[in-house]
Amino acid sequence: MTMLEIKNLQVSVEDKQILKGINLSVSSGEVHAVMGPNGSGKSTLAQVIAGRDTFEVTAGSVTYFGKDLLELAPEERACEGIFLAFQYPVEIPGVSNLYFLRAAVNAARKHRGEDELDAIDFMEIAKKKMASLGMDNQMVSRAVNVGFSGGEKKRNEIFQMALLEPKLAILDETDSGLDIDALKTVADGVNALRGPERAIVVVTHYQRLLNYIVPDFVHVLADGKVVRSGDKSLALELEDKGYGWLGNGARPELAVRA
Amino acid sequence: MPAVTEELSTYLDVFGSRAERRRAEPDWLVERRNRGMRQFAEQGFPTTKHEEYRYTNLAPIAKTPFRIADGGTVTLDDLAPFLYNEIKGDRLVFVNGQFSRTLSSVADLKASVTTTGSLLADNPAVIAPHLARYSTERNNPLAALNSALFSDGAVVRIPEYSAWDAPIHLVFVSTADAPDTATHPRVLVIAGRDSEAAVIETHCGIGGTPYWTNAVTEIVAADNARLDHYRLQQETLSAFHSSLVEIHQGRDANVTTHSVSFGGALVRNDVEVVLEDENSECTMNGLYAINGRQHVDNRTCVDHTMPHCTSHQLYKGVLDGYARGVFGGKIIVRPDAQKTDAFQSNKNLLLSENADVNTKPQLEIDANDVKCSHGATIGQIDGEAAFYLRSRGLGESEARSLLTYAFAADLLERMKFAPVRDRFESLLMAKLVQQRASKK
Repeated sequence: MTMLEIKNLQVSVEDKQILKGINLSVSSGEVHAVMGPNGSGKSTLAQVIAGRDTFEVTAGSVTYFGKDLLELAPEERACEGIFLAFQYPVEIPGVSNLYFLRAAVNAARKHRGEDELDAIDFMEIAKKKMASLGMDNQMVSRAVNVGFSGGEKKRNEIFQMALLEPKLAILDETDSGLDIDALKTVADGVNALRGPERAIVVVTHYQRLLNYIVPDFVHVLADGKVVRSGDKSLALELEDKGYGWLGNGARPELAVRA
Repeated sequence: MPAVTEELSTYLDVFGSRAERRRAEPDWLVERRNRGMRQFAEQGFPTTKHEEYRYTNLAPIAKTPFRIADGGTVTLDDLAPFLYNEIKGDRLVFVNGQFSRTLSSVADLKASVTTTGSLLADNPAVIAPHLARYSTERNNPLAALNSALFSDGAVVRIPEYSAWDAPIHLVFVSTADAPDTATHPRVLVIAGRDSEAAVIETHCGIGGTPYWTNAVTEIVAADNARLDHYRLQQETLSAFHSSLVEIHQGRDANVTTHSVSFGGALVRNDVEVVLEDENSECTMNGLYAINGRQHVDNRTCVDHTMPHCTSHQLYKGVLDGYARGVFGGKIIVRPDAQKTDAFQSNKNLLLSENADVNTKPQLEIDANDVKCSHGATIGQIDGEAAFYLRSRGLGESEARSLLTYAFAADLLERMKFAPVRDRFESLLMAKLVQQRASKK
């Protein structure tokens, strides 16, 4: 079943066009990898799906289970099962991770007409998830992302994803800068979520993550367009040759650098 | 200028009419009251031409002929929103400047928590070295007017070598039954050598008409005294409030003063700290949360006179609607005050395009081996952070509230007395909800 359908999506920020007609179709049960050089529009695509309002959609459509996704506020998208793991998770001093995560989980539960979890029930669930991700219990009592290392912030994103159990998870360069242990945590978290009802879009600059999360499809973005799509072998090809060989659509300066 | 004369004549008349009361007072106090009146009469209300009042126009106070408030009926139910059940220590309540025995909770007025009236009658010698001494040495006409006119006040004397577990609560309530009334609340805290205590001042109103509270608090902390002082300003939204907190610290003394301003239409708070001996430490925390057309001006000055003293100032403001915040902070480091460690920061969060802040930190350093820093910021809700929260399912207003809370969280956490911290955390959230509702 088609979950996410992106057609001719064009997006600008401050009159500068970043996405120049993206087409992408994601069905339940699939894992898609979106790769491409810096500046190709990968993060913009991820943020537009999550509802960031600094980007202006100038043309095209995005539907989610047949509904117009662009009409929904970010919180509505979250409650409908869309999750974005941020490239740069935000620090929120004074607010404990536990409080924040329970508010997030309860927002979704309320939306589905379920009872909200109290602090004790929530703690039980959180502890189990932390154990399964090999995370330190201490992390939930600390303020959201404050004083976290880069790796801890990314683990925290994966922890949130595990708690929220989204239908569509988008990981925006969650692997960048991670050591192998943290990378495995991220991959384990994603692989645990894989299932016939869910879909995962992994936005990444590097092929390494895809050794641990094997994608069904790989798309290459360059200069705001999908220039190649294929199966996992495309990622290996990129690993071998870099982005330069893409030719049409890839920016010439990147071709030279690669 | 005739207008100025007219503004002052009200107070000269009031002062004259209280000559009879003064005849019963000790000479030293009469002398200080006279000096206060002279200072006020010479200077009048500061205008925006004064550098330190540049952004705060006191004309609405100056042009109103405020009479001294008297009488008034208040019940404990009226006061409930301002009281703390958790406070087991003494409570003194002043209604329109007059001590209320029935609303207060104090075992023995002859003991260490009492009123100026009671001490002036029984044992004036213990307050003679301090009462109204510091406030009339300042070039502060409003504090001088308080010295001239205060009716009654609270005196807290913490005996040397004693530690009080329970905070003392001092409540000053205005009923504003009649228009254009003023009170001049007065507090004196004498923290004895090596003592430890917490004192909470609440300034509140329950009436509907505009009134003026013009308060002065003098704090004297002897060697190695530790004092946690809270000043909670919760006047009505049509009230005027001006205040001076004057703190003098001895060797190794450690004072924290929290200044919270949530109420008032026009508010000006001055805090003057003098670190008089070595290794003295003062922490000044300020939090103001204002909306509508509220105007709150906080001015601080820390005077480092001796070596190895420390001062930290953190003032934070949350402003919505057409609210205006002003901060002016000064750190003075005298030539002898080597190894001074002084820090000052003012941060503001603007929730509306129409809210406004003027902030001016100042350093005057005359010593060469010191560590001093200051800074000020004015910002809005971080769009990236709000998006982060919303992308996790929190609604727009919930995200804003949480980020506003996050902005103020470090200041709230510094309030060691949890019931006060919890109360103002709730009040901050309530104020945000009220702001959102009024915009719809």
